Amino acid sequence: MPAPPEGPIGLQFDQVEKRYGAVYALHNLTLSVPAGECVAIAGRNGSGKTTLLRVAARLVRPRKGTISYSGGAADRFPRIGYVAHATMVYDELTAEENLLFFAKLQGVENPAKRAAELLGEVGLEDRTNSLLRTFSRGMRQRLAIARALLAQPSLLLFDEPGTGLDAESGAWLTAHIGKLRDSGSTILMSLHGESEMARLATRAIRLEAGSVIADTRRGAMFQSIFAGAAS
Amino acid sequence: MAALLSNAAVLLGKEVRTEFRSRELLSTTVVFVLIVVVVFSFTFDPTTNESRRFGPGLLWMAFLFAASLMLQPCFLREQVNDTLSALRVAVQDPFAIFLAKIAANTLFLLVTELLMLPVFAALFNVSFRAQLPGILLTFFLGSMGISVVGTALAAISAQARMRELLLPLLLLPLLTPILVVCTEVTIRLMQPDPAMEWKGIGLLAGFDLVFLTVLWLFGEYLLEE
Repeated sequence: MPAPPEGPIGLQFDQVEKRYGAVYALHNLTLSVPAGECVAIAGRNGSGKTTLLRVAARLVRPRKGTISYSGGAADRFPRIGYVAHATMVYDELTAEENLLFFAKLQGVENPAKRAAELLGEVGLEDRTNSLLRTFSRGMRQRLAIARALLAQPSLLLFDEPGTGLDAESGAWLTAHIGKLRDSGSTILMSLHGESEMARLATRAIRLEAGSVIADTRRGAMFQSIFAGAAS
Repeated sequence: MAALLSNAAVLLGKEVRTEFRSRELLSTTVVFVLIVVVVFSFTFDPTTNESRRFGPGLLWMAFLFAASLMLQPCFLREQVNDTLSALRVAVQDPFAIFLAKIAANTLFLLVTELLMLPVFAALFNVSFRAQLPGILLTFFLGSMGISVVGTALAAISAQARMRELLLPLLLLPLLTPILVVCTEVTIRLMQPDPAMEWKGIGLLAGFDLVFLTVLWLFGEYLLEE
């Protein structure tokens, strides 16, 4: 797994606030993620994990506070790979058409080569010309990961990436995220409990009501971050 | 600017590919306009003079209602797998998304109009042949105006409850100026001594330009959650 060509980028959330009606999704959240770190985000349903990732992906504008990127190509348009609950790919297109479309959109050099390379990497090379609507959930998720990796992003955001995957696909995904971590990518992943994937993280934070209530590096406290996350 | 146009071209290619693969929008709008034109033709059985006077209004009303059917899914489709988020992460300027959707909607609406024109001419006993360039220009500017406003409102209504009702409710009053001007220009082109209403064409071009600029300036906010 090659390192991002523009180098990994770091993230800084400063007093970030986001509300949906009267409910705080993020409340005065301050968090610093240095470039190259792999952070697991734990928390109950509605604790703000998804909003935090969507703010990091520039999909949600915070009501207050700032978010800044540092290192790599952060001063230009940082390339972000985002994998969410939804697969974010088109059912009416084939696997190859999906990847070619997103590769061209992101200005990837030699999109056909990159798409073929990633289809092989995610184990979908024999379904290149199949329409997405014929894919299982696991296959779609693999393609979603290929889509996120197309532009060799400097920052990877995974929102409960294991949702709906069988044991085999889950193991594949864990191994793949492990390779991305080893290549030096900055990774933020929200998880719903202690899992193999959580063990890849070098740091874990726990959110509650949109605020960070625990933040720890690998060590004795690490597993306690995930305790009670599933609710 | 080059990145914006290149992104818009890639997005337009995807819109056209998915539509010509599914033919969902085109078949719906063509059938809708066909029904309206046929039903009105048999209900009123107009003379040529009446057709020249009332036909363009009927035609543009049919196009407008057909457009409201066509515009609804343009952002709803992107919600199925949350592909809109993938687009927003991928493109540097979100206006590229609007530009592509406007171009696609204009294209699909123009195809519908061009398919329906000969049917209308035959059923209402009017001839357009000599005024075809003027008709095409009017259709293009009118369709673009409908698409610019409609695409912006489709982006707003896609995030709202009662979205199926909201779009026509917002769209029809806002497009009344387009409807009036397009009808007047087309009526003038249908007369025995046809002439181009350049003032009307100027108004259509101005309308398109103003709304396109507004969308360029504020479109980003329409895509936010």
